[in-house]
Amino acid sequence: MTAELGLAALWLAAALALLQIAAATLGLRREGALGEQLRGAVRPVAVAQGLLTAIAFAALLAVFSGSDMSVALVAENSHTAKPWLYKVAGAWGNHEGSMLLWVTILGLAGGAVALLERRLHERTLVATLGAQAVIALGFYAFLLFSSNPFARLSPAPPDGLGLNPLLQDPGLAFHPPTLYIGYVGISVAFSFAVGALVTRDVGPAFARAMRLWVLGAWIFLTLGITAGSYWAYYELGWGGWWFWDPVENASLMPWLAATALLHSVTVVATRDGLRAWTIMLAVVAFSMSMLGTFLVRSGILTSVHAFAVDPERGTFILALLALYIGGALALFGARVGTVRAGATFEPLSREGGLVANNLLLSVILGIVLIGTLYPLLAAAMGTQLSVGPPFFNATAGPIALGLVALMGVGPLLRWRRDDKDALVSRTLPALGTTLLGMAGFFALGGVTRPLPLLGLGLALGLAVASIAPLWRRNLRRTPLFTYGMVVAHLGIAVSLFGMAADSVFTEEKLVAAQVGQPVLVGPFSVTLQGIRPEIGDNWSALEGVLRVQRGEGTPFLLRPQQRFFAAPPTTTNETAIRTEADGQLYTVLGRQGADGRWQLRLWWKPWVTCIWLGGALVALGGALSLLGRLRRERQVRVDPHPTERWT
Amino acid sequence: MTAKNQRLVLAGLAVLAVVGAALLALSALKDQAAFFYAPGDVEKSGLPLGREVRLGGMVAANSIARQPDGVSIRFRVTDGRATVPVAFTGIAPDLFRERSGVVAEGHFNPDGSFTATNLLAKHDEKYMPPEVAGAMHETKTLER
Repeated sequence: MTAELGLAALWLAAALALLQIAAATLGLRREGALGEQLRGAVRPVAVAQGLLTAIAFAALLAVFSGSDMSVALVAENSHTAKPWLYKVAGAWGNHEGSMLLWVTILGLAGGAVALLERRLHERTLVATLGAQAVIALGFYAFLLFSSNPFARLSPAPPDGLGLNPLLQDPGLAFHPPTLYIGYVGISVAFSFAVGALVTRDVGPAFARAMRLWVLGAWIFLTLGITAGSYWAYYELGWGGWWFWDPVENASLMPWLAATALLHSVTVVATRDGLRAWTIMLAVVAFSMSMLGTFLVRSGILTSVHAFAVDPERGTFILALLALYIGGALALFGARVGTVRAGATFEPLSREGGLVANNLLLSVILGIVLIGTLYPLLAAAMGTQLSVGPPFFNATAGPIALGLVALMGVGPLLRWRRDDKDALVSRTLPALGTTLLGMAGFFALGGVTRPLPLLGLGLALGLAVASIAPLWRRNLRRTPLFTYGMVVAHLGIAVSLFGMAADSVFTEEKLVAAQVGQPVLVGPFSVTLQGIRPEIGDNWSALEGVLRVQRGEGTPFLLRPQQRFFAAPPTTTNETAIRTEADGQLYTVLGRQGADGRWQLRLWWKPWVTCIWLGGALVALGGALSLLGRLRRERQVRVDPHPTERWT
Repeated sequence: MTAKNQRLVLAGLAVLAVVGAALLALSALKDQAAFFYAPGDVEKSGLPLGREVRLGGMVAANSIARQPDGVSIRFRVTDGRATVPVAFTGIAPDLFRERSGVVAEGHFNPDGSFTATNLLAKHDEKYMPPEVAGAMHETKTLER
């Protein structure tokens, strides 16, 4: 019964989306009372559609948490013996459920725009909601015609097939929803761009409305990528934190585009420049988030995330993808001529710096895109190949360092025009720190590889440069969004430091350990005390008990496991990680040899935690910025004559 | 600079960036693209020396030899056309066994052997990476 209720809600939501498109299109064409009524209907319809998607998703959660095995999706992806949290999280740990989660977030976001957006002109808002409904309709069609999450199974199996144990992790419960909120937020930003294009309303008011959504989406994407990276780090047991896996790239590409968009939309909001450019970036960001959503789900990429491939579904997905991206580009091409050129600026100015930022981000985006899609093209032409980390590191790495260098300069530039000599004197402290840092790591740290050395130096320089905008300012009167920028840029510096440090300072030890015999790694002495069995809800494990001591410090225990799952039969490595102030000790238990010794893999990774700490700082900076913008919006609405304070 | 000129300059820069990215990526791909090798490919196209590649195929029967240090193994990967000896130091995945599919990450040595830094084994049918599935499909006949 619950499943049928969910399906009915989904059909109704689809019907409302259709209605929303019709009302928006006709309402914008008709003048007079009828047009006004039609336009007036769009908001309530959008809210109702959001509620219906929420009902459908609640129904899915109910069948999963109740282990209703007569629903095919539950039988295929869940198991009666699973812990409750993973039963619920399992609802979106599969293709159909994750797509339903997507439309639910999209529906709720549409409802939120309809309820909360008060800055935009009415017609632009109606066009925006119409565009939202078009996006949603494609997803409804996809769910209802080729991925029905509520399909029944007869006869119902007693237990279910289970969920991939790698996915049985708290990380799974939050990682996909976080990314999806980011993807959907970008689609809302894109809808704003469409709305503004349709009503020829591209200007600062539109940019300020769109910026809030871009910021929100960007915060969630940042969190999602950071969490995903940490998840891969501790769950896979390989000691790495980024594998250039197509799915990681699928989340990185929208982030790159959103980062570029975030910076360019500020130029429109503040100086009314870069209008067409910003609209173009919105189109690109939207395309990337669609690519991110669909490429992962289509199963054509080589990845651990690739669920079973279904040719019909793959074709549907590719058609939808082509339709969305093609449609977005076509609309842009048709309407870009109507966007008036904005304010001009000198090359050496804040605007110029932001253009350079956008260009470098686009180049990285292009490289990642080509590297991710090239294997697909090659496969279409009959050769099986995959593009690996060496390609991405060699190409995107140096450009990313260039971008970091630019980050140190950009925020110190003045709007419209700047003076070269003044700029040099403003950037001297950061430049000095970079060079000193590099010299120090070279001479004292023994770092000789050029890229990590440059990375370490730039990280220090950027840390100085990112705080520089606060120099000689009244800290209490500095707006919150300026702090947001400072914190976010500082986060990049922290993260870069962690990455570079991890690549040069990591110590690895791989041994066949005898019980009772200490193994030395970095500053630690690790002793295998014994192996004992452990039993969990739906797994059993062999657990190594490691006694670890750092120098003369207090010893502590680490317990890495080899875990065995029955449904489906799989073994996973559960790493045990000790976090110290200056890094992490990472331990993995291997197998027992014929002579009774146990394989142990130990890493001492100085400063590695900085990678994710930096990611969290970047997201925090975004949140401060968003709060600051929201607060400023409220002040301006009260003040009928806003002063020129948008910085 | 007038607004119109500025727009042209910006459009030009954007095109330049996209073309630059494409050229950079494609030139790098030319060196790196052949990332995945089956043993039979090596004879055909020569040894890819001095870079990280993946070698995929089936672990030959009776070929796994554990080394005295307890953490190294040697085995042979075959695809029916050719066989490559592989040395690996590390923790082999649970599903790594003889007569089943494997993808080894590492590099070739001048003598034609392969030094692996990581092994990817078949997980389960549903979550198998397509390229392993491809390698498996080609070697399936050998498993009987």
